[in-house]
Amino acid sequence: MSIEINNISKQFGNFIALKEVSLQISSGELVALLGPSGSGKTTLLRIISGLETADAGTIHINGVDTTGHHVRERKVGFVFQHYALFRHMTVFENVAFGLRVKPHRTRPSKAEIRERVAGLLKLVQLEALSNRYPFQLSGGQRQRIALARALAVEPEILLLDEPFGALDAQVRAELRRWLRRLHDEIHVTSVFVTHDQEEALEVADRIVVMNKGKVEQVGTPAEVYDNPANPFVLNFLGNVNLFRGRVHKGLVNLGGINLTAPEHSSADDTPAVAYVRSHDLVIEREISDNGSIAAEIKHIHAVGPVVRVTLTLNGNHGDVEAELTRDTFQNLALERGEMVFVRPRNVRVFVEDYQI
Amino acid sequence: MPDTPRRNMHKDITEPAPVRWLLTGLAILFLGLFIFIPLLAVFTQALEKGYAVYLASLGEPDTLASIRLTLITAAIAVPLNLVFGLAAAWAITKFRFPGKNFLITMIDLPFSVSPVISGLIFVLIFGLQGWLGPWLDEHNIKIIFAVPGIILATIFVTFPFVARELIPLMETQGREEEETALVLGANGLQSFFRVTLPNIRWGIIYGVIICNARAMGEFGAVSVVSGHIRGATNTIPLQVEILYNEYNFTAAFAVASLLAMLALVTLVVKSLVEWKIREQMVYEE
Repeated sequence: MSIEINNISKQFGNFIALKEVSLQISSGELVALLGPSGSGKTTLLRIISGLETADAGTIHINGVDTTGHHVRERKVGFVFQHYALFRHMTVFENVAFGLRVKPHRTRPSKAEIRERVAGLLKLVQLEALSNRYPFQLSGGQRQRIALARALAVEPEILLLDEPFGALDAQVRAELRRWLRRLHDEIHVTSVFVTHDQEEALEVADRIVVMNKGKVEQVGTPAEVYDNPANPFVLNFLGNVNLFRGRVHKGLVNLGGINLTAPEHSSADDTPAVAYVRSHDLVIEREISDNGSIAAEIKHIHAVGPVVRVTLTLNGNHGDVEAELTRDTFQNLALERGEMVFVRPRNVRVFVEDYQI
Repeated sequence: MPDTPRRNMHKDITEPAPVRWLLTGLAILFLGLFIFIPLLAVFTQALEKGYAVYLASLGEPDTLASIRLTLITAAIAVPLNLVFGLAAAWAITKFRFPGKNFLITMIDLPFSVSPVISGLIFVLIFGLQGWLGPWLDEHNIKIIFAVPGIILATIFVTFPFVARELIPLMETQGREEEETALVLGANGLQSFFRVTLPNIRWGIIYGVIICNARAMGEFGAVSVVSGHIRGATNTIPLQVEILYNEYNFTAAFAVASLLAMLALVTLVVKSLVEWKIREQMVYEE
């Protein structure tokens, strides 16, 4: 079922949570709302669900205007970060809840409820736990039960608020892969909120990057990562380094490095900031023709598959951080305190009118 | 220091033995002086002249009337305060509205006002010289120096108990379970009876017990509005006072022993419920 969000605004006291947000989500998609805390992503999710009402704007679910509909009538599934399982009910009763509270006419028979719940528990691979209470389950199990419970009422859309936020790193990684597979299996239109870029990049079909109550960019994980629309998106997805300089008629000068930036051909000697992802900073022993800056190695962090090197650039340009593979690191045989050359690749230049 | 034996570590973090014994001893001494000895005194005095006299003094018509009145008062005040407490706790913890802090403060008012003043307030409102006195007199409605006044004063004095118990409990439980129930299609009543109520049931029982103990034992506020009419407007605590002032010690202590027993039962049930609540908390960790 598609979701159409039109000019939604919401304010809490003096705090503007959402500012004329519009968004289209097609049927069967798995969309991530990604942003820092306070960006309005959870508020937007709650407005879609009907748990919160917007000050202005409309929500259409599958073409039907549901803005005025009560949360009960919207046929959404909602999964909370802290699961919100009914603590005094068994796993079975938790999953059955949505079926048991249906009005008499539409309520399935006891046998049907049993069958449906068993099917859902099988789907989330927790058939054996149906008589347990929530406090007897691990975090990952609780979250899967919460998901089964939300799916029991056959929602038209599934909304998940930081679904993996309360889990430890390993369970988290496992569960998000599992969610991706589950979504491929049942294909219900899903929206999940996260502040973890890695999670969004890995799980979602499309990512909606939000900041300060506004949508910064919408696109597939590859689109938002490779072609960030603005410095915020660039900065939020992965580690970046900043180089300050000036841009004049498409030529960028970054204190030692000269680059071309055709998109800024009309710029007339304006201050600009160049952004380079940490893994796009190449460390070399020799000075390069393509333009590189001399730098001193300040710190080496060599734990894990990626080696992080902090360098101080010559000429008061501040510190940068480069990420290189273990192999490259060993080939270069870098030592702390050495002078090397840093060459940026894939530089993105933004004229300085945008503050992060 | 992984090699340090456990015993040593234990020693480091507790007080030396003499200090521990002194503190424990003080606590027991204090409890004995102020609780066990008086409690013992009540029962010895009550049974001083034998079991038959004890029962006879309880069976006296005026005393029986005071027991009846106390039970009626509690039977009206406690359910009303249960409904009020639930409604107030629900509103305060599940909704945002202006004046919320003011409401919380108002709920605490009876705790901070002397019971005698609470009683006087009702005399000022409903008494013959009070605001509504003349009108009530005209219509032949008696509130002060009658049963309605006693019930009103008791409700006022005991209304914080249920609300005060439920507010922190419901606050820690948050709104997510109710929100989930709504999303899953439950209506307000279903959400209340299937989700909210089971979660707070021990808190409710706790609040009701404490509220009941206070409702039956209240002296100050009730004393002011009662008028001390024998067999008509005396509750158990007032009856004890009257008997005592008449030097009828055995009867006074016999009636007092009822209140003492109520206190003991309350304590036992309270501990059981506290244990249950703690158990529930541990589960939720």
